[in-house]
Amino acid sequence: MVNKMRESVIMKIHYGTALASIALVAVHILFRLTQGFAESLQYENVLANYQFLPYAGMLEIILILLSIHGFNGLRVILLELKQGKSYEKSVTYGCIAAMTIVILYGSRTIFMTSMGMS
Amino acid sequence: MALDIIQVPQELSGVRTQPKSITLRISRFNPKTDSRKRFVEYKVPYEKWTTVLDAILHVKNNFDHSVAIRYSCRQASCGSCGMKINGRPQLACFTKISELNSNVVTVEPMDNFPITRDLVVGFERMFSTHKKLKPYIINPESEITPGTKEFLQSPKDVENYIQFANCIKCGLCNSACPTMATDSSFIGPQALAQAYRYVADNRDKGKDERLKIIDDSHGIFRCHFAGSCSQVCPKGVDPAMGIQLLRGYLLGFRS
Repeated sequence: MVNKMRESVIMKIHYGTALASIALVAVHILFRLTQGFAESLQYENVLANYQFLPYAGMLEIILILLSIHGFNGLRVILLELKQGKSYEKSVTYGCIAAMTIVILYGSRTIFMTSMGMS
Repeated sequence: MALDIIQVPQELSGVRTQPKSITLRISRFNPKTDSRKRFVEYKVPYEKWTTVLDAILHVKNNFDHSVAIRYSCRQASCGSCGMKINGRPQLACFTKISELNSNVVTVEPMDNFPITRDLVVGFERMFSTHKKLKPYIINPESEITPGTKEFLQSPKDVENYIQFANCIKCGLCNSACPTMATDSSFIGPQALAQAYRYVADNRDKGKDERLKIIDDSHGIFRCHFAGSCSQVCPKGVDPAMGIQLLRGYLLGFRS
């Protein structure tokens, strides 16, 4: 299925995730600034952020967007460095696997913290 | 009787000045016998109008006839004599030594092409990629169908693609492309610009076929828009712009 996806579709996703990430990361930074930067990094405040469901949802979306964008960028760089059918296939599937692992691990952290399992 | 004194330019007076000379460094490499490139230097006289091709032919005529070079028209029309001149891909027949402002002129084969010998490179891959993109008008209402022999175009229609039709397939753009240097499967600016030339032609109906070919993992989206292809083109074609316009079709900004 992955190989059948046109490059233009993949790149639309790539550009879309970049734009959406910029917008959401800007909101994330604004939140830190309004709270006071040093204060916002205190343990209790970090936990409180995760337990505020809309904010935790936004962090989850940022995680997904950046993972998709980052790992597709890595795929593109690796495809340009070396060519070959088996190499390209392993790069594509390797990046999808790595992206899935990062999203799952990050989501696990977000869910556990937002449910109070710190 | 007063005599008019006419100043005759020295070049026309028959009194020849000592011609200036440069050091021409020619890259020599035969993949069958050599393990790496070497440079051989020659002192070559030049005039204001001497081109790099003239200088190389001077070397062939007077010093070493075995220097390999491909050339034909000597007027930047055939695209045969592309090479790296002082590090920049240029046509040897279109580059005057006097305009290089250097006492040493180094000529090397173009980058991103396999070297056949000395300054000659293999164009097989570029031509096959060019052919793959169907560089011709695709229209089911062909000229052989009676009654549809003419495909009328307004000057504005022609303006959409005419600069891209000036491509002489010299390969300078592919040689200058940084993506071509690392991605051996990349389609390249030459073929992409030609794809745009036919996509932008209102007589052509093969847009979808061509867009499908370039919409590949080593296709149009691997272009980083460095713009070096457009800088080195001797015919004023702007492949970088063609690539961006083609991307517009694939991203849905153009139809």
